[in-house]
Amino acid sequence: MTTGSDQHAAFRQEAQVWLDENFPKSLSGRGAELLGNGEGSSPLTGEALTWCERLGSKGWGTPTWPAQYGGADLDQAHSRVLQEEMGRVGAFNPIPVLAGMGVTMVGPTILEYGTDEQKSQHLPPISRGEIRWCLGYSEPNAGSDLASLSTKAEDDGDAWRVNGQKVWTSGADISQWCGALVRTDPKAKKHNGISFLMLKMDQPGIETRPIKLISGFSPFCETFFTDARAEKSDMLGKLNDGWSVGKRLLQHERVSQTGARGTSGPKSEPLQTLAKRYIGSDANGQLADPDLRIRLANHLMAAKAHGLTIDRITAEARGNVTVSASASILKNSATNVAQTLSELSLEIMGHNGLGWEGEGFGDQELQTVRTWLFGKAMSIYGGSAEVQNNIISKNILGLPETTQKG
Amino acid sequence: MAALNEEQSMIKDQAQAWVTEQAPVLKFREMRNSGVTGGFTPQTWQSMVEMGWTGIIVPEQYGGSGLGYLTFGVVLEETGKQLTASPLLASALVGASALILGGNEAQKQAWLPKIVDGSAIFSLAVDEGPRHAPLQIGLQAAAAGQGFVLNGTKTFVLEGVTATHLVVAARTEGQAGDAAGITLFLVATDTPGVTCSRLQTADSRGYANVDFTNVELGSDMVVGELHGAAGLLDQILDRARAGLAAEMLGTAAQSFAMTLDYLKTRVQFGQVIGAFQALGHRAAELFAEMELTRSCVEAALQAIDSDSEKVDQLCSLSKCKAGAFVFHASNELIQIHGGIGMTDDFDAGFYLKRARAQDTIYGSQAFHRDRYARLLDF
Repeated sequence: MTTGSDQHAAFRQEAQVWLDENFPKSLSGRGAELLGNGEGSSPLTGEALTWCERLGSKGWGTPTWPAQYGGADLDQAHSRVLQEEMGRVGAFNPIPVLAGMGVTMVGPTILEYGTDEQKSQHLPPISRGEIRWCLGYSEPNAGSDLASLSTKAEDDGDAWRVNGQKVWTSGADISQWCGALVRTDPKAKKHNGISFLMLKMDQPGIETRPIKLISGFSPFCETFFTDARAEKSDMLGKLNDGWSVGKRLLQHERVSQTGARGTSGPKSEPLQTLAKRYIGSDANGQLADPDLRIRLANHLMAAKAHGLTIDRITAEARGNVTVSASASILKNSATNVAQTLSELSLEIMGHNGLGWEGEGFGDQELQTVRTWLFGKAMSIYGGSAEVQNNIISKNILGLPETTQKG
Repeated sequence: MAALNEEQSMIKDQAQAWVTEQAPVLKFREMRNSGVTGGFTPQTWQSMVEMGWTGIIVPEQYGGSGLGYLTFGVVLEETGKQLTASPLLASALVGASALILGGNEAQKQAWLPKIVDGSAIFSLAVDEGPRHAPLQIGLQAAAAGQGFVLNGTKTFVLEGVTATHLVVAARTEGQAGDAAGITLFLVATDTPGVTCSRLQTADSRGYANVDFTNVELGSDMVVGELHGAAGLLDQILDRARAGLAAEMLGTAAQSFAMTLDYLKTRVQFGQVIGAFQALGHRAAELFAEMELTRSCVEAALQAIDSDSEKVDQLCSLSKCKAGAFVFHASNELIQIHGGIGMTDDFDAGFYLKRARAQDTIYGSQAFHRDRYARLLDF
């Protein structure tokens, strides 16, 4: 899929000129570093903050959103041209990172289900990266079986009173708002009694506790709701129709996890180059470990097939990667590719792929270990690999639900 | 399917309708049972010629329609679904590619129209041992007078039983294993000294081993550069691989469709077996593999059409992925059908046998993994 056709030439030039005038060249290629390598969230300062503000006011942090809500009214094709041009000068878009789940998931869902008031209130601050959102979905007893959730919201007259516990809430400790699935009708069948509430995090009824992961990082929290309050006007979608809203949001999540909406950053070292550096080549120029060589080729082919599939689905959708059933395939495929990449990288590094911290290991080696460990979450979050396969077999292939227990 | 243009969509619909109605796998069964030795039925082949399929990649000035490889792939995918047997791939894609890429004007004028009208059946003769190894060419072409004399043997030549002409990779310099010193020759199979011996294979097609004993050729039978045809051969093979991968995608997709159908109809333990998660997930894995493979196959064909870089990488990628998928899908076809899948009365065995052949022709998965690594310089 090329986006270099003539119809985009004018926009491409507009983007080039704007980037030339507004993107500080000293920041080129430093996106990942300035944004904490995807692990933490160091607040932006100085030139990076200025860049973020300029991008936000141009509407190019969320380019496909309507201009009246902080976007730039671009279609997918123009948005890709913008991404390509940003990539060319090493520019990065910090806003999806700063907004937590705001840009990739909550925003598109508010656009679809929100009232005019909700759109005007919530979308512009997300589009400028000022407000970070987290999501209250999973609970200790509602993981893959999400619809069995039990955090409840009761109508106390002028507001919703929320009680219960969420878990795996990404960035709950640093977010200002939370989109939560709550039970509003305990008597209805499990999918039917759920609503989607938007809650302010800064209130006495909400407590967050970071969970330390095997990678040593704490990107997720346990979040406790004790008579927490949500305004009546903060329900997204209809009462007891939260399952549709929540499922739609998860489709946006899957698209964001497919690699279809990548953030532009510096390209990392190709795996085969890394391998040759650690392992060396034989007289024919082939990697000295023939078993690893073939597994490496297999992995690179899988990665290529994944990329070509994103291209194909994009082309077939005429430039609009709609949230569709295909996203389920891409999520598992992206996960396989990323997890295999980590595992092969560590295998290539040998003993040096065991470093945790301190002397004796390079930065890249230490980073690879943490990336590997954090990456184990990919096949679990956003609907595990098994849940994705359930979705494919039921929704795409039309296989029936089982009627028999055990 | 890719974002096909209107013409490609039309050809796809036409191919699907014709294959399903006129050349379904039942016809293949009848052909096998009848003891036909050519590996296909002449009526099937004639119909393909009449529909213009033999001219899809041939430029208009030589009697074809010049629609390109993606269009050809669309047709091959459909014939792959029903295992429709014919020389379409060997002659109209591989043979025609050899002439289009390497032939001089006289050769193109002489032979391309005959490929298109079906009066000539071309095939490529490359391998000399049990495995695909395009550089391991030992068949000798010695200069003699104004021409050459060929001596040696080619193995497993597609449509070797019925081919009227072979594009033969021979060695004019150096030794087996060298890239330099390979020359392609156009050889009519009725030339004295050429002997085609039919091979009876599990997939019931018309392969032959071809022996060359003092076969005398004029120098006008050289296709492409003397001594320097290794690159040309690679280009021809890549087109062959991409086309075969499209056929394999069809074969695998049909194996999957039959499996899925069975999952939805076979009842055990009081429910259709597709309701069992263990089987549902296996179907989901096949579906995902199909989507990924399709992307590779179409990208390779499109890359050939647009003459883009990395045709070689994409062709190895698509052949390898299609090989893995067709193996997986045909194995599951048998396994999930259980005992019925093992019977000759059911079609599953045809798909399994064809998959085995498709994987080995023009390079197995292992061959293409190794080649992909070499192309990426590791």
